[in-house]
Amino acid sequence: MSATLTATPETTAAPAPKPTYKVTFGRVLRSEGSKFLSLRSSWITLAVGLFFLAFVGIMVAYRYNPADLHGPAADSRDAIDISLKGVELSQLALGVLGVLATAGEYTTGLIRSTFAAVPKRLPVLWTKCLVLFGAAIVVATAGAFISFVGGENFLHGKAIALTLSSSGVLRCLFGAGLYLALVTVFGAALGMLVRSVAGGIALLVGIMMLLPVFLDMLPSSWKTDVAPYLPGTAGQSIYSLHTAPGALSSGTGLWVFVAWVAAALIGAAYRVVRSDS
Amino acid sequence: MIELQHLVKRYGDKTAVDDLHFTVKPGVVTGFLGPNGAGKSTTMRMILGLDAPTSGSVTVNGKRYAQHAAPIQEVGALLEARSIHPGRSAHNHLLALALTHGIPRRRVDEVIELTGLGKVAKKRAGAFSLGMGQRLGIAAALLGDPQTIMLDEPVNGLDPEGVLWIRTLLTSLAAEGRTVFVSSHLMSEMALTATDLVIIGRGRLMADTTVAEFIEQAGGDSVKVVSSDAARLREALLGPDVTVTGEAGSETLAVSGLSARQIGQAAADAGIAVFELTPQAVSLEEAFMTLTGDTVEYRSNAGTASKNGAPEGSVAA
Ligand SMILES: Nc1ncnc2c1ncn2[C@@H]1O[C@H](COP(=O)(O)OP(=O)(O)O)[C@@H](O)[C@H]1O
Ligand SMILES: [Mg+2]
Repeated sequence: MSATLTATPETTAAPAPKPTYKVTFGRVLRSEGSKFLSLRSSWITLAVGLFFLAFVGIMVAYRYNPADLHGPAADSRDAIDISLKGVELSQLALGVLGVLATAGEYTTGLIRSTFAAVPKRLPVLWTKCLVLFGAAIVVATAGAFISFVGGENFLHGKAIALTLSSSGVLRCLFGAGLYLALVTVFGAALGMLVRSVAGGIALLVGIMMLLPVFLDMLPSSWKTDVAPYLPGTAGQSIYSLHTAPGALSSGTGLWVFVAWVAAALIGAAYRVVRSDS
Repeated sequence: MIELQHLVKRYGDKTAVDDLHFTVKPGVVTGFLGPNGAGKSTTMRMILGLDAPTSGSVTVNGKRYAQHAAPIQEVGALLEARSIHPGRSAHNHLLALALTHGIPRRRVDEVIELTGLGKVAKKRAGAFSLGMGQRLGIAAALLGDPQTIMLDEPVNGLDPEGVLWIRTLLTSLAAEGRTVFVSSHLMSEMALTATDLVIIGRGRLMADTTVAEFIEQAGGDSVKVVSSDAARLREALLGPDVTVTGEAGSETLAVSGLSARQIGQAAADAGIAVFELTPQAVSLEEAFMTLTGDTVEYRSNAGTASKNGAPEGSVAA
């Protein structure tokens, strides 16, 4: 990004006959924020993401019965596991939100208006990611807390019950919010890369959910080596209370997932600058 | 001012724009004419830096488009393909563009009024008719109050009222000293609005001229006049540089050297009833087709158009 795009003071001296407008990073950020808020699809996908996260977690907690061997929570080891059961569905809604924000501009042709106003282009990608990250982290963190606190009553007195003050609980809830916000940015990067809403969603679902299935077909030695580094599995370690055998620690998991997002962003940035729109 | 220097654009082995070299001057409307597929839209996208030239370069008001600190204050453009999100309202679309430059909200309302979108500004742009979509595109082009205005086939899909509105708008913008660059595939449309004329075919420059010069070379501009008193009207019209032809006893005359307006005025002054007064654009359209004839991509269509003598036969539609 060029230095000329950093925010400048709003004031202009001398009563010039023509107003002096200027594109700045801060202004592009405001523009992207306004674009995000003025589309109904943003609100709908955010709401769906929040609903999955909160509703699934609370429902699973409500139905939890330690004696039950087949229920939705039969393999749950702790209350965090239960309250964050909705992350997997929620990440699809938020990933799609990211894809829509970028690929949607190509599909509709809006990108040409956008790049005519901001011909340096990269500020558009960065500010879109900032806006999405900001909106998603607020909603997803709220969802994680709603789910945990909402489910607390139902789990109260059971062996797996935890409270907000239990060790590691806050880390997991904030971790889930951070993970989901990063998935949103990941979706935005993929959308910018493939420039088609359908293609972007397919790629997102493929990478987040189908890659582990595909891995099942490979020799098992590969599987144990590679599986923890897949974006979905690495992401999971960010918001797990206990590190599962063979899985990454929450810190390593976060860095691995950030690396995936960064790789997608670098690809997107390269494509944005290099190719015609 | 738009300056193209040996601009070339290839898509694979297809050359869409082939060594275009010309300058668009301020103060007049410059028509950018060429049959469909000639490379007009591609050229305009390169001017905005949306497509990168394969070779050559183009500057606007002395700089490459992307080098301007406030690009939409330099050039306002309406592109061929709609560049609007259907889910966003016209007002919010314009506001988002304005925010990137720090253009005040008041200006957004101004261009909405100016383009007659006041009633629909809060509605989703996806529900807009083709004509309203064009108006929104033009509102976006005017948002930065730019020195240079570039419109790609602006009259496409507009009703007659809209077409007239565009013509008036373009001439008034040029009269304010701005550079106005407008593309079309219809010579008749350009003859009505443009002063300067750049004609391309298959990406190559065919003519860099003025409308007047082009008309002259095409064998003059003629107006068909039908009147009950053709003989007396002929007397009233004759003068230096004016030729009037018509069969004796016929009510129909072909007049060249005078505009339809001048003829109508002369007839009124002489108290002669006129039943028909038609500028003959056919010859212009044909001259344009002859010029670009061997560059038209789909010959059969062009052939039919000229055979029928359709004044607005869409060349290679
Ligand atoms: N993105 C593109 N990829 C491949 N070919 C293109 C692309 N854009 C335009 N063309 C081709 O370039 C030529 C010029 O197109 P265009 O600039 O749209 O012409 P015009 O606007 O004069 O009708 C056409 O043959 C068109 O098919
Ligand atoms: Mg075109």
